[in-house]
Amino acid sequence: MSERNDTEPGRPVLEVDRLAVDIRTPAGTVRAVREVSFSVRSGETLALLGESGCGKSMTAQAVVGLLDPVAHVAGGAVRLDGTDLLTLSPAQRRRLAGPGLSIVFQDALTALNPVQTVGAQLAEPFRIHQRLSRRAARKRAVELMERVGIPEPAARVRAYPHQFSGGMRQRLLIALAVALQPKVLLADEPTTALDVTVQAQIMELLRELRTEQQTALILITHDLAVVAEQADHVAVMYAGAIVETGRVADVFSRPHHPYTRGLIDSVPADVARGTILKSIPGSPPDLHSVPSGCAFRARCPIARDVCAEQRPVLVEAGPKRLSACHHWRELSHD
Amino acid sequence: MLTFLRRRIASSALPLVVVILGVFCLARLTGDPGNLYLPLSATPEMRAEFAARHGFDQPLFVQFGDYLTQVFRLDFGESLRTAEPAADAVLRAFPATLQLAGATMILAILGAVVVGSWAAYRPNSVADRVASFTSTTAASMPDFWFAIMGVLVFAVALGWLPTSGTEGAAAWVLPVLTLLIRPFGVLVQVVRGAMVTALSAPYIKVARSKGAGEVRVVFGHALRNAAPPALTVAGDLTVGLVNGAVVVETIFGWPGIGKLMITSILQRDFAVLQAAVLVTAITIFALNIVIDACYALLDSRVRQGVTT
Repeated sequence: MSERNDTEPGRPVLEVDRLAVDIRTPAGTVRAVREVSFSVRSGETLALLGESGCGKSMTAQAVVGLLDPVAHVAGGAVRLDGTDLLTLSPAQRRRLAGPGLSIVFQDALTALNPVQTVGAQLAEPFRIHQRLSRRAARKRAVELMERVGIPEPAARVRAYPHQFSGGMRQRLLIALAVALQPKVLLADEPTTALDVTVQAQIMELLRELRTEQQTALILITHDLAVVAEQADHVAVMYAGAIVETGRVADVFSRPHHPYTRGLIDSVPADVARGTILKSIPGSPPDLHSVPSGCAFRARCPIARDVCAEQRPVLVEAGPKRLSACHHWRELSHD
Repeated sequence: MLTFLRRRIASSALPLVVVILGVFCLARLTGDPGNLYLPLSATPEMRAEFAARHGFDQPLFVQFGDYLTQVFRLDFGESLRTAEPAADAVLRAFPATLQLAGATMILAILGAVVVGSWAAYRPNSVADRVASFTSTTAASMPDFWFAIMGVLVFAVALGWLPTSGTEGAAAWVLPVLTLLIRPFGVLVQVVRGAMVTALSAPYIKVARSKGAGEVRVVFGHALRNAAPPALTVAGDLTVGLVNGAVVVETIFGWPGIGKLMITSILQRDFAVLQAAVLVTAITIFALNIVIDACYALLDSRVRQGVTT
């Protein structure tokens, strides 16, 4: 806790600067994440919002250094408290995995090792980073299980993952991720595999832990409701790039990018039975053949010639807001 | 766990009786031992007397019944050839085979875990390709050819190793290598496949996200998940070693149970053959039980009978 007070208020704990990720595919190398920049402060929640395949999970995995072997960081910087993680050795990065950066993965059913007791898995961060004895680490594991709301933790510490429900397993994964009180916690679709009531409990738990530990939380999701309820800031991603950022309230009340507006309009609210739900026509571009200019133009209702000629960059579009649309001004006046 | 073991032992009893019956009948198809043990000039009376003395004049089912009763009293009969108790002959030969098979399997498993994991760590790398090529070659090598070539090159031509016997460490090299080569090749491929699957599982990423080092990730998290398929195949290969032992023990003059079986078949020494097969069968059943117990220890889902 004391360490955290050293950080000046207002200075971001994590800064991602023009991050690029390439993937090797049989058809050649494609850029899955291009020029992605964002930052987050302690105790704040940033949502990375986008459809499947937009590069949001890839961004998260690049930030924590756990990309699949076919993917690699092609450029940019990931600064934690000013230190660029991408320049560190694997051993130095491992020392920060847990106390510095931590991640909650989406599939709680397969993210726990089936042949180890949950106690052993929860004790592992303490064994690795604090070199605690088995007994002391197990005690910490029980405390963690209690903290994330697992009933009878002392008895269940010896149980195996298959003996827990999906919601409980997600709680275990969260416990694992917050074990060493990380400065930055990434949560990659933490509630996708769960039913609705459990989703709400898990989000509540994440919020409590963020407040308790003053963690910077990065929430990766496709769910606008989750963003609206949980996040302070949002970065909307499309085809590997951020198209709009800003405070959640601002972005949702007045989107400055046609893609964001399409997403918000697609949420069914007060729709009479029988009406056709709104959706964004078309589908995201194939990464092998991203069109020239704006990647969204083929699906965009307000696209014009300039959109095919010039690739829009993120420009300031109001206080603490950026938009990558040539025509954001038109949208802001609606 | 105890119930688990008791159930497995009970279910092995019947197959064991079937094995004994099979060997009992098949051994008697090899011909009349009287032809071997009596002089050519023996009179029919002498032959009848020989058969009566050893019980060969009784109907087959009576002989089998007598044999089973004796076995339950731990009496395995006497060797026709040496007149010593068959059990003594078998128990003298068995440790030599066990040592050979044990040393071989330990080396094969250790080697396969190291090479297989190394290959799986970076699929399609140069290391992986070298391991695949070597293991395929090893798995398809005929063991008798390897044994004879080994003797020709290392014992006869170079004179580094003895041609046969059990004296000293050098005598172990060729028999162990001959027995090892196929199980090693097969196991490398099984371990590699299982490790590739295990290492791409989500829990491996989670382990890395805790800051676990690569040794911990590979051997602490992945290997235990990859162990069951390797264990199944290793068990099967160990059973196969008994067959291999017949060849290897004959070529290298290793005084084990394989050599004893060959001799007793050629000599129509039924009591010794039956005892040898019985001991081997019991060992194989015991081995299977040990393997099942290992599964249960490795994975709690087996222990609790969970089906997922």
